[in-house]
Amino acid sequence: MFARAKQLSVLLLGSACLWGVPALAADSAGRSAENMPIGVTPVSQTVYDIHMLMFWICVVIGVLTFGALIFSLIAYRKSKGAVAANFHESTKVEIAWTVIPFIILIGMAWPATTALIEVYDSDEAELDIKVTGSQWKWSYDYIGEGVSFISNLSTPKDQIANLAAKGENYLQEVDEPLVVPVGKKIRFLVTASDVIHSWWVPDLAVKRDAIPGFTHESWALIEQPGTYRGFCAELCGKDHAFMPIVVEAVPEAEYNDWLAQKKKEAAEIRALTSKVFTLDELMTKGKEVYTKHCSTCHMENGEGVQGAFPALKGSAMATTAEGLAGHLDIVVNGNTSKGMPAWGTSLPDVELAAVITYERNAWGNGSGDDEPDEDDIVQPIDVYNFKKGE
Amino acid sequence: MAHGPAKGIRRWLYTTNHKDIGSLYLWFSFAMFILGGAFAMIIRAELFQPGMQLVDPEFFNQMTTMHGLVMVFGAIMPAFVGLANWMIPMMIGAPDMALPRMNNLSFWLLPPAFLMLAATLFTEGGAPQAGWTFYAPLSTTYANPLTATIFIFAVHTMGASSIMGSINIIATILNMRAPGMSYMKMPLFVWTWLITAFLLVAVMPVLAGAVTMMLMDIHGGTSFFDAAGGGDPVLFQHVFWFFGHPEVYIIILPAFGVISQIIPTFSRKPLFGYSSMVYATASIALLSFIVWAHHMFTVGMPLAGELFFMYATMLIAVPTGVKVFNWIATMFKGSISFETPMLFSLAFLVLFTIGGFTGVMLSIAPADFQYHDSYFVVAHFHYVMVAGAVFSMSAAVYYWLPKWTGRMYSEPLAQVHFWTSFVGFNLTFFPQHFVGLAGMPRRYSDYALQFADYNMVSSCGAFLYGVSQILFLVIVILTVKGGKKTTKEKTWEGAEGLEWTVPSPAPYHTFSTPPTVK
Repeated sequence: MFARAKQLSVLLLGSACLWGVPALAADSAGRSAENMPIGVTPVSQTVYDIHMLMFWICVVIGVLTFGALIFSLIAYRKSKGAVAANFHESTKVEIAWTVIPFIILIGMAWPATTALIEVYDSDEAELDIKVTGSQWKWSYDYIGEGVSFISNLSTPKDQIANLAAKGENYLQEVDEPLVVPVGKKIRFLVTASDVIHSWWVPDLAVKRDAIPGFTHESWALIEQPGTYRGFCAELCGKDHAFMPIVVEAVPEAEYNDWLAQKKKEAAEIRALTSKVFTLDELMTKGKEVYTKHCSTCHMENGEGVQGAFPALKGSAMATTAEGLAGHLDIVVNGNTSKGMPAWGTSLPDVELAAVITYERNAWGNGSGDDEPDEDDIVQPIDVYNFKKGE
Repeated sequence: MAHGPAKGIRRWLYTTNHKDIGSLYLWFSFAMFILGGAFAMIIRAELFQPGMQLVDPEFFNQMTTMHGLVMVFGAIMPAFVGLANWMIPMMIGAPDMALPRMNNLSFWLLPPAFLMLAATLFTEGGAPQAGWTFYAPLSTTYANPLTATIFIFAVHTMGASSIMGSINIIATILNMRAPGMSYMKMPLFVWTWLITAFLLVAVMPVLAGAVTMMLMDIHGGTSFFDAAGGGDPVLFQHVFWFFGHPEVYIIILPAFGVISQIIPTFSRKPLFGYSSMVYATASIALLSFIVWAHHMFTVGMPLAGELFFMYATMLIAVPTGVKVFNWIATMFKGSISFETPMLFSLAFLVLFTIGGFTGVMLSIAPADFQYHDSYFVVAHFHYVMVAGAVFSMSAAVYYWLPKWTGRMYSEPLAQVHFWTSFVGFNLTFFPQHFVGLAGMPRRYSDYALQFADYNMVSSCGAFLYGVSQILFLVIVILTVKGGKKTTKEKTWEGAEGLEWTVPSPAPYHTFSTPPTVK
């Protein structure tokens, strides 16, 4: 009888091992299809070790508990003529199985406490990045560097709608990844502009809720260059599943080059504010900006979603001269309680001007025919003056 | 004095009989179980493959939200209230519940509440879509006002029903026990329900407070949960989980009670450590009030707060472990047979314990940063909600159905139901541990390719589990309509307790004269 119970417990242990095995076949960041990644930061490795320690403690307790259960079920079957004993209490046994688990828990609490203290130690960071979640994209602001950008999902809509074959990084790719240096302590200041989001990169063991009105800290020191992909982890509405995170960790020199390039681009865009554009230029740029930032809600055809997101096609705001001030206001300042972000802080004036011009002239808005209307051109300087006039 | 039930629809509308009201609760909860299950099938069908196939992401979010709300508030909670109505008076030797008219009202509040909730599916803004935890501000300023308002009204109605039901249970247990039935002689099911009822009375008003604040934020111009007006979105989470954590014990404690009745019966041996079981239940209930923020380890609490909630949460493993060990010790040196109620109870024991293990893992705050809001959590709570609460409910129905109807269910069919449920359940939820650890967040309408294989397995398991619940319905109807008659007072050889001293089927009125308990 004992032999059979032993066989069974070996079987149980064996199947439990299956959980450990894939980790052996994992890639350089310790990723597998079945287990937590080991990751590429000291914290992620500590967390992985704790996870595996807890797992194995549970496996051992499970083997003992289920072993006793399976033994009883086999040994005391009525069909084999088992006669029931009549004992039903023992204070000593009760004390034993209260005290022993308590001691095991203290053993678990110790490494958990030291790890948690490490997770919370975000002091002396060498680089601060503000991470802002909004419906349904992340924006990154390199504090003190004057560099900021928005990171959108770049998976084509056709792949999501099953009209095209899905790429390798389906739903895990963005137009502009977060670029960071390896070997530096990076502090993430996480917040949100509308509802609650959560910034999660498993390889960095960072998950921090992005809460509107509050900023919380988290940190990572990436030891290995590479691309690390993550997700929004807190339900934030319709496109919760479509706002991934991509972190590119590069050597410091490469990071410095990238940062210099970004700063140059930012300066160029600022210079464009004083330039006067033709309607065609604005329409081309505007369509690009609209597709990237606006079409998720207001739709490609400008008709919006009934009951949720207003139509722009034929709306008074986008078609009449009296509506222009309101149009500038809503795009620049948003209406965050209704889900419209304040684009004035995240897009350059030239893009704001282009997208407003586009909205006032596309889909038969403007002069009433499909031809763009010269009276409805908004130049970057108009946006600049609007912002200044407030 | 004995008289039968009224005829026709009035019997059910006007009834104050605990058995009738118990049946109403049970049938209502089963209907909600099927409805919530249908929502789950839509979720699993959409997640069968990557890409959006059947529904759009908005409707997907409505499905996850409605699935959670309907299962928690419509299926599991009313099912156990139905069981309490049927069994508590018979177990303590009382003629009926202490407050029979309120009993009628507390049931009849439920159908309108869920009709309102389901009606939101047909409004312009659709059903609630902020998840069953409906975190603000997604559920307040960002929600459709009509949907949110109807939802809040429905929650208030359910809450009123639950509070009345629990007051009734407390009043019955405290006042209507037969002579000689001291507290420490009460069956464990009665004990667990007494403690559950106190939990309900304590926390349902907190939920009512949370939704009232939501209502004020939506219509009253307040900013409880809006940072722009000086409020705090995290306040909502604290209030919600102060209700929500005791809520999960509200769901699982009566299940513990059921298992503590069934395992001794089929082991033909008294429950091991009765008094330690009572103390363990009370400890779990008390601890449930000081662990709520373990649902919020990632919101940015101070370190001291994280440590407190981590330690307190880990402690729950101790009384829960005591229960598991006591059940196993009950079987040790027993004389065990494997009828369907016992099979479901054994599956409960093993699967609930696995859910307990993942619970301990989740309590470890640094590791929770990786587990939180991933499918690992989904797997964990379905191991406790489905394999815990729902399996124990199936066990209870098979165990007491002969007493309720005087007819025996078909053992072979019931065993098919058990095995398909067991296999289907594990196929659905075991792989979710894997995808969760590998990084798949919960409440995702679409997912990356590395999660595809296990999601497909999970969906197949879910369809099997779903179909097997239809079989359950068929088995129950076959039993009620034409099952083999059994008039024995004691259906099961090893069964103990007052409910097994009355005839089968239990007469419309039992214990008009109280029995004496030695």
